[in-house]
Amino acid sequence: MAMKSYDLRQYPSFKAITIFCLFILYAPLLVVTVYSFNDSVSITNWEGVSLRWYAEVFTGAESEKFKIAARNSFVIALIAASASTVMATFAATAILRGGRFKLRTASFGLISLPLMVPEIVTAVATLIFFNAIGVDRGLITILLAHIAFCIPFAYLPISARMQGIEATYEQAAMDLYATRAKAFTRVLLPLMMPGIISGWLLAFIVSLDDFIITNFVKGAGVETLPTAIFGSVKQGIKPNIMAISTMLLGVSVVMVTLSWLISRRDNNK
Amino acid sequence: MAGGASTGGSSQSETFAPARYWLLLPSWVTLTILVLAPVSMMMGYSFLTKEFRGGVIWEFSLSAYDQFFFDRGLFGDDPPVLQWTYISIFWRSIWQAGVATLMSLVIGFPTAYFIATRPEKERAIWVFLVTIPYWVNLLIRTVSMKFLLRDQGPLNDLLVGSGLLSEPLTIVNTNFAVQLGLFYSYLPFMVLPIYAAAERYNFALSEAAADLYATRWTVLRRILLPSVKPGIVAGCILVFVPSLGSFLAPDLLGGAKNFMIGSLIEEQFKGNAGNWPFGAAASMILLTLVMVILLISARQQAKGGK
Repeated sequence: MAMKSYDLRQYPSFKAITIFCLFILYAPLLVVTVYSFNDSVSITNWEGVSLRWYAEVFTGAESEKFKIAARNSFVIALIAASASTVMATFAATAILRGGRFKLRTASFGLISLPLMVPEIVTAVATLIFFNAIGVDRGLITILLAHIAFCIPFAYLPISARMQGIEATYEQAAMDLYATRAKAFTRVLLPLMMPGIISGWLLAFIVSLDDFIITNFVKGAGVETLPTAIFGSVKQGIKPNIMAISTMLLGVSVVMVTLSWLISRRDNNK
Repeated sequence: MAGGASTGGSSQSETFAPARYWLLLPSWVTLTILVLAPVSMMMGYSFLTKEFRGGVIWEFSLSAYDQFFFDRGLFGDDPPVLQWTYISIFWRSIWQAGVATLMSLVIGFPTAYFIATRPEKERAIWVFLVTIPYWVNLLIRTVSMKFLLRDQGPLNDLLVGSGLLSEPLTIVNTNFAVQLGLFYSYLPFMVLPIYAAAERYNFALSEAAADLYATRWTVLRRILLPSVKPGIVAGCILVFVPSLGSFLAPDLLGGAKNFMIGSLIEEQFKGNAGNWPFGAAASMILLTLVMVILLISARQQAKGGK
């Protein structure tokens, strides 16, 4: 009976479906990565390996446009991730270490709001808002919108980490006459660092990747990488777009892997 | 989406209680000004009169909602007739999102279960492999999908080259391409919550059922599926809700005939149609739909927990 009960956990075909699932998830990305190295003007025929489309990205006719878009994207992601991570860290401290209070549930609801409202609705609402208060659309409006929707993405890993830290550490510090501020900066903050780094990295990727909200709140002529790529793809998929996509894909994979390794190393301790 | 998640751990530490409102202030201010106020304002705009070429006139009007549901003829003075143009766009969106959710469930459930039955050390790596594609830019993933599925794309090359088909399949610009795109966009959302539920599943239940002569598939249907149902429901919502309002998959993979809510809304603000109150009304209807789904599921889950 022991043998049989072990087998029971497995269903035939589930392993095949899992492999199929991973295949579907990765096939399109791998295909684009491979074709970005294609030495051909046409995207259909394979004519050998080359880096010409990567060179095209940096020196070609559209390189200036993409350079500016890339700089915009990275600057916005950097600031938005940092600002939202600071706010999320404070909010998590209040929600998880602030005892029971009236607005606790409401605060959590407000923080998760950007995850519940469909992105296109947030985009429309933000556009209407900026228009109504008479702010010119541009980099600043993109940045403000990004800070807002990055907060829940930064919050989730930070609060997950904080839930795993016993409150006795800060309490011990305060028993030894540390001020509340010291207990926060010297004890709680270092312990939370892996969660904070994960949260920052995830917020950074989410900001870097955003298309829909950015597309609504950007002014005419202001582009981030996704909006520039979208504009270009509308006229057909070109090889230089595949090269840019592959690089952006690489950035995301590296950052997610970092975030994962940081949280994992720490959990194994 | 953490809507259903609990707000904190079981321990109720009060270390930073005196500072709690100060600590929350930055998030409150940011989210109130940049999310809550704009959504309320959008609701207001949906009751205003449209100005041609975008913008609004500050005059109360129900015409945006009226236009959504009724046709009053070219000059607006015919008796109202229920008009299907926009309702059918919403219906198509619900259908497309539903099919994509079903596809994700059929692939996602076995995957999640398989991962949950791996040795504990392997699981994190499997979960990580499923998660990576989610963090890759959605636009890039959708474009990649289009590249793969094109008439002269690698998939058709493979199918024709291997002799399986004599002519390339036309997939792009069909409903199926959109379903496939949505499925591909949100598949990890299906796997993760089901995995979380399956990991907690007590396999002694399967063994007990088997000892009572239940077949493996009876165990699956009668014991396993009901046990992981909360995970399945969460996964379905996490796929269905973003699919419903998605813009990129229908826009890039669907073409003009496969219009969904997202494109309808976008067109009101970006395209030449430029009817802001109508766009705001369509957004309100979408938001209401989503909130109803989330509320019902939260109710259900609360009931299940008792």
